[in-house]
Amino acid sequence: MWDVSVIAELGSALTETLFLKGYNTRLVVGGVTFLGATAGLVGSFLLLRKQSLLGDALSHATLPGIGIAFAIMTAMGITGKFLPGLLLGATITGLLGVLLVLAIRRTTRLKDDAAMGIVLSVFFGLGIAILRMVQQIPGQSSAGLESFIYGKTASMVLLDFWLITGTLIATTIATLALLKELTLLCFDSNFASTEGWPTLWLDIILMALVTAVTVVGLQSVGLILIIAFLITPATAARFWTNKLTHILVLAALIGAISGWLGATASALLPGLPAGAIIVIAAATIFLFSMIFGTARGVLPRYLRHLKLQKKVGRQHILRSTYEILEDTQGVEILKNIPIPLEALRKHRYWSKGELSKLIRQAHAEDHIVRRPTGEICLSESGFGEASRITRNHRLWEMYLITHADIAPSHVDRDADMVEHLLEPEIVRELEKALELEKPVIESPHVITT
Amino acid sequence: MRPEHPPEYPLAVHDLTVAYHRKPVLWDLDLNVPEGKLAGIVGPNGAGKSTLLKACLDLIPKTSGEVLIYGKPYEEQRDLIAYVPQRESVDWDFPVSALDVVTMGTYRKLGWFKRVGRQQKQQAHEALEQVGIGHLADRQISQLSGGQQQRVFLARALVQDAEIYFMDEPFAAVDAATEQAIIELLQNLNARGKTVLCVHHDLATVSRYFDHLILLNMRIVASGPTPETFTRENLQKTYGGKLNLLDDVAEALKNVGR
Repeated sequence: MWDVSVIAELGSALTETLFLKGYNTRLVVGGVTFLGATAGLVGSFLLLRKQSLLGDALSHATLPGIGIAFAIMTAMGITGKFLPGLLLGATITGLLGVLLVLAIRRTTRLKDDAAMGIVLSVFFGLGIAILRMVQQIPGQSSAGLESFIYGKTASMVLLDFWLITGTLIATTIATLALLKELTLLCFDSNFASTEGWPTLWLDIILMALVTAVTVVGLQSVGLILIIAFLITPATAARFWTNKLTHILVLAALIGAISGWLGATASALLPGLPAGAIIVIAAATIFLFSMIFGTARGVLPRYLRHLKLQKKVGRQHILRSTYEILEDTQGVEILKNIPIPLEALRKHRYWSKGELSKLIRQAHAEDHIVRRPTGEICLSESGFGEASRITRNHRLWEMYLITHADIAPSHVDRDADMVEHLLEPEIVRELEKALELEKPVIESPHVITT
Repeated sequence: MRPEHPPEYPLAVHDLTVAYHRKPVLWDLDLNVPEGKLAGIVGPNGAGKSTLLKACLDLIPKTSGEVLIYGKPYEEQRDLIAYVPQRESVDWDFPVSALDVVTMGTYRKLGWFKRVGRQQKQQAHEALEQVGIGHLADRQISQLSGGQQQRVFLARALVQDAEIYFMDEPFAAVDAATEQAIIELLQNLNARGKTVLCVHHDLATVSRYFDHLILLNMRIVASGPTPETFTRENLQKTYGGKLNLLDDVAEALKNVGR
């Protein structure tokens, strides 16, 4: 049973976290949220430059630096956990890792992924080994160094907060000042260098920003998950917009939200590692974006497809009815009379289920009227629509035959697909090309039923 | 200054050798392209046509030799040059619009840190109109057809307002209407006294499109005015034994004199 005092305690923890009461909460939640915004911004460019794997190699390569810095500082007699020293060590080996990838890429014929895979795992392995060794150093506790691997928000200090804030400011300034330069670099670096832009230096600026985010994020998110923090917000943002500036803003926002969620959750439930929650939050937003994203999401695309399918089915049934009417009456002046269902079914080999579904739809749209006798009849608007569709179909067939030299026996299926996509403007152009005025023209081939 | 490459040539290449992983792709190239020519660079796959363009533009390192633009090194003459890369060289899924891409041609004149303004957009719009797709300015580039993408690249080169245009296969995989529009555009540039260098694949159209021809197969096989250069003998040398295309080209050759 829940004790009242337990609930009260949880409630007060909740308000404390949500309203950022308490110094430590402010530090952690604020810091990680800022880190998320920075990561989203920098990650967008990293992704567009197609260097996300390089970012991964970089973050893993920071580990040996942490261990080595600890050993050196201990040997020098200062405390081994002096944070700026540790982060400096992380930066140095991180950049070494990147340089090694670039060197391997240059001097061997290994592909990028292999070069990065090797550097990433070797540096990480080396880092683990060094951490184990420094734990043997007597007199100094190296406990807590492991938190750099998975991240631990509880170990954040004020310096972390200021480092993160500084990185956010630097990144924002760089993005605002170099927006067009970085865009050009990411889109077409060859063109950029023919125009005299120093692409190498722009790449270095970008990598410096990535390094900064990685290093200042080590304490809270950890070196394994920081790459997800860089990449996921940007990929999620891509589903909502095709505009680069919007992607940047949205990615920063998604990063900030994920960071805030992660930090808040881990403040409420101290057992949960913030890094993991952050990544899960970001991944959830990614998944949501992938499904619902208005620009490239799966669901909007599927809905557009469904809509077209429905239109295709409706237009097919109207045209078939029209063709049957023509067949039974000759072409001159067509009377809109009821036709038996069976004739319609045979006309396009519809199954009974398919057909009755189509008729239901056409009925709902007031294009087809069902007679009590079991026959169906085009409504007045249905008749007009049917003649228009039939005409479009045949216009396209005629066009294929006269202008594309396609055999008359082949054009029916093509027109079947295209007739639904013919906008009025294209229809007018077809009419012009074919020099036609008649409302409905005769089919250029024998209509097979 | 080299007497054999006087500075009135928009492009002069002296003893250029280029290697990929130490394997030479271009051997000891010597080349002068006269001003105001519409020049085709023609040769089989792997002949080093794109490599030649890229080496001229300092995009890949030269093993030896030098390239002169109106008698001076390329770095000093960037303002005179526009470059149209191969269409496949960029990611057309990139989140920018057609207008954004064309605007990139104005960045150099705009300089560091400055934002794109109305004037640049206006220029880009005009260029898009010139290549016949002004109405697609706001389209995301992935929603353009191959021919339209190629036109966007051309518009970007137009915005650069250069004297020499380097074009890497502008006719590759475009529809007939686009091909026609592109060649008209090139001829238009040519008529205004610009020099155009164009990597080209289709031998059937060579004599119709270009008044100057460079036949390349790891070395310069022949270079000069098209009527004298585009001969059966030169083509045989360029394409070597590999080529069964020669028969197809015989038809094109017949039309040279007409």
